[in-house]
Amino acid sequence: MIRYAWLIPLFPLAGVLINGLLGSKTRGAAGHLATLMAGLSFLVVLGISREMILGPGGSHTVAVWNWITAGKFSASLSFLIDPLSTIMLLVVTGVGFVIHLYSIGYMHGDPGYPRFFTYLNLFMVSMLLLVMGDNYLVMFVGWEGVGLCSYLLIGFWYEKKSASDAGKKAFIVNRIGDAGFLLGMFLIWSLTGSLAYGEVFKAELAAPAATAIGLLLFIGAMGKSAQIPLYVWLPDAMEGPTPVSALIHAATMVTAGVYMVARTSPIYVQGPAALEVVALVGALTAIFAASIGLVQNDIKRVLAYSTVSQLGFMFMALGVGAFASGIFHLMTHAFFKGLLFLGSGSVIHALHHAPADQQQDMRYMGGLRSKMPVTYGTFLIGAIAIAGVPPFAGFWSKDEILAGAFFSGHYLVWGLGTAAAFMTAFYMFRLIFMTFHGEMRVDHHAREHIHESPATMTVPLVILAVLSVVGGILPGFPPDAGWIHKFLAPSLAKAPAAHAAAGEGYRIVKAAAGAGEPGGGHGTVGIVLIALAIAVALGGIALAWRMYMRDTAAPGRLAARFPGLYRVLLNKYYVDEFYQACIVEPIYRLMRSLFNFDQRVVDGAVNGSSFLTVWTSRLSGLFDLRTVDGAVNGTASVLAFFAQLLKFIQSGMVQNYLFMMLLGVFLMVSAYLFR
Amino acid sequence: MIPLTHFLALGAILFLIGAAGVLMRRNAIMILLSIELMLNSVNVTFVGFARQWADLTGQVFAIFIIAVAACEAAVGLAILISLNRDRQMVNVDEINLLKW
Repeated sequence: MIRYAWLIPLFPLAGVLINGLLGSKTRGAAGHLATLMAGLSFLVVLGISREMILGPGGSHTVAVWNWITAGKFSASLSFLIDPLSTIMLLVVTGVGFVIHLYSIGYMHGDPGYPRFFTYLNLFMVSMLLLVMGDNYLVMFVGWEGVGLCSYLLIGFWYEKKSASDAGKKAFIVNRIGDAGFLLGMFLIWSLTGSLAYGEVFKAELAAPAATAIGLLLFIGAMGKSAQIPLYVWLPDAMEGPTPVSALIHAATMVTAGVYMVARTSPIYVQGPAALEVVALVGALTAIFAASIGLVQNDIKRVLAYSTVSQLGFMFMALGVGAFASGIFHLMTHAFFKGLLFLGSGSVIHALHHAPADQQQDMRYMGGLRSKMPVTYGTFLIGAIAIAGVPPFAGFWSKDEILAGAFFSGHYLVWGLGTAAAFMTAFYMFRLIFMTFHGEMRVDHHAREHIHESPATMTVPLVILAVLSVVGGILPGFPPDAGWIHKFLAPSLAKAPAAHAAAGEGYRIVKAAAGAGEPGGGHGTVGIVLIALAIAVALGGIALAWRMYMRDTAAPGRLAARFPGLYRVLLNKYYVDEFYQACIVEPIYRLMRSLFNFDQRVVDGAVNGSSFLTVWTSRLSGLFDLRTVDGAVNGTASVLAFFAQLLKFIQSGMVQNYLFMMLLGVFLMVSAYLFR
Repeated sequence: MIPLTHFLALGAILFLIGAAGVLMRRNAIMILLSIELMLNSVNVTFVGFARQWADLTGQVFAIFIIAVAACEAAVGLAILISLNRDRQMVNVDEINLLKW
């Protein structure tokens, strides 16, 4: 089965070609076709993962095509099937298939229906290339492909200025990251002479070189996975259709950076300084985005900041050396965040008849629980999962990350992560309470139209809800020693030695506690940490309940008490304004001055030289007229002058001519005789 | 015995009269006649030399010249007749189409 891996991206590619070229013919069937294609590649992935998970596993390379050979450089289009890419393939095709299915209902009746599914399938192709490629070049092709699809889908409703602006913003911000990725690739090639994972990871790199590669690649990850300082595009990306937010901007594409760093882990462990940066940036992003999420009113924006924050968690895990936990969280996050986005899409779909500016605003929702029971139930499961309440999926992965940070001695990271986890629980339940509980604040006209979504939308919700329940405990129990750790171990590097040394403090704590089961768990301290994590989650939920259910005036009072803080959070720390003033405006000014330079100097030089040319040609024209033509005409007039004189000889009288002849003969004979 | 000088003098005089006629007469017929005169002056000279040197070559040349002169007269008169048909005159002064 594994040798048929090339079929996985081929099916969606066929969908792209059919829907893209014959969209006007397929029209209504476009969604079913695209979903079928996604489903077929999911089936192939299932077949492959059956062999990988139940069978011997291992790492397999499926060569498709020798792509580039130039001098010492060569790159092939070949696929790597190993535990890490198997997990990624399952997430991408599984969640992708479910979201395709959901889109059939959600996008029904949209004028761009076939176009939407063409983009969605194209995204699948690119994402599959990204995770399946066995070298950095194929990964980069997929990386750029998903960036393109992200741009196309954010700006899907391009008639809306905010949507096309958001698309451009995403594209441009991602370019910055991609430049870092490219530089990282160049460095890898110049140091190891190859881009294929197998050969690159075999090379022994000096710590500074590995650190440099790690940091450059991480810049790429910052762009794609929305980390500080390049996260600004992701909240704006919510202008796209909701299934896109779920698939691309929550479940799969934004995790590409996490996948890339995990894939590159053998390099990162050789340059531990880069890992420290990853951990710190991840932790800061986690708490920064979570704090913005506390006060947002747009349902999708809350989820967007939540995504940024959860991606921070994943990088936190990678940074502290808990690579498997990071991938684990990636997987569980794909389940529950996909679920939450699709749930919010269901809510927006139900509020279709509300005024445009109220469809996504939680202040105009409330009390939807009874009208949309399936959406409510599944959304609640997703919220509990992300909040980190056992035994739901989010608990297992998030707890591992926090434990990993603590036990590797990153206490600051751990502290920030725990605070972010508290905020996560709070803002998710704030969202639940504002949307589904309390009195209904929906526009009266729209109220009658609220209804549960059709089956194509609720079935994906239920599937993802089930995964959000069992997706954590099945692969993740017991903590840090679950099945997923054993499965992923061959693909990932071991945490660097520096981290183990930093964990010395923990060993003392552990020794003092007199605990330390071998293998799984972390003894008493571990149990305390787990208890703390559960307490934090429940505390966040309780606080949200207190502020938004029992004492609904509390949020207003709090905002009035700290008006400055509230405004800063509501305006997202003014980061967009800061970027506008410090980066965008200077670039505009530079462009304007360059434009002026163009107008004055470059155009001036061009115009000046043309002016000079005109004048020289005028002078040379005069020379032509006077001197050259004068010489020609002068010759002619000299000839004409003599012709005037000689024409009198031509009398036309035969006797004259005869006379001349005789005269000539006479003269010649005379000359002969008298010489 | 008439001396050679007399033959030559007669030839020269006849040639000059002929040349003057060719140059000065306007009527083409008269010009043709003058040309005959010039040819015959040459004949006189040839015959004189032949007699002087007792060499018949000069006599033969004279016979040739008389034959050529006959041809010349025939061609010339033919030209004159076609000229007369075209212009109703044989006046050389008025044949000046090639004049500038």
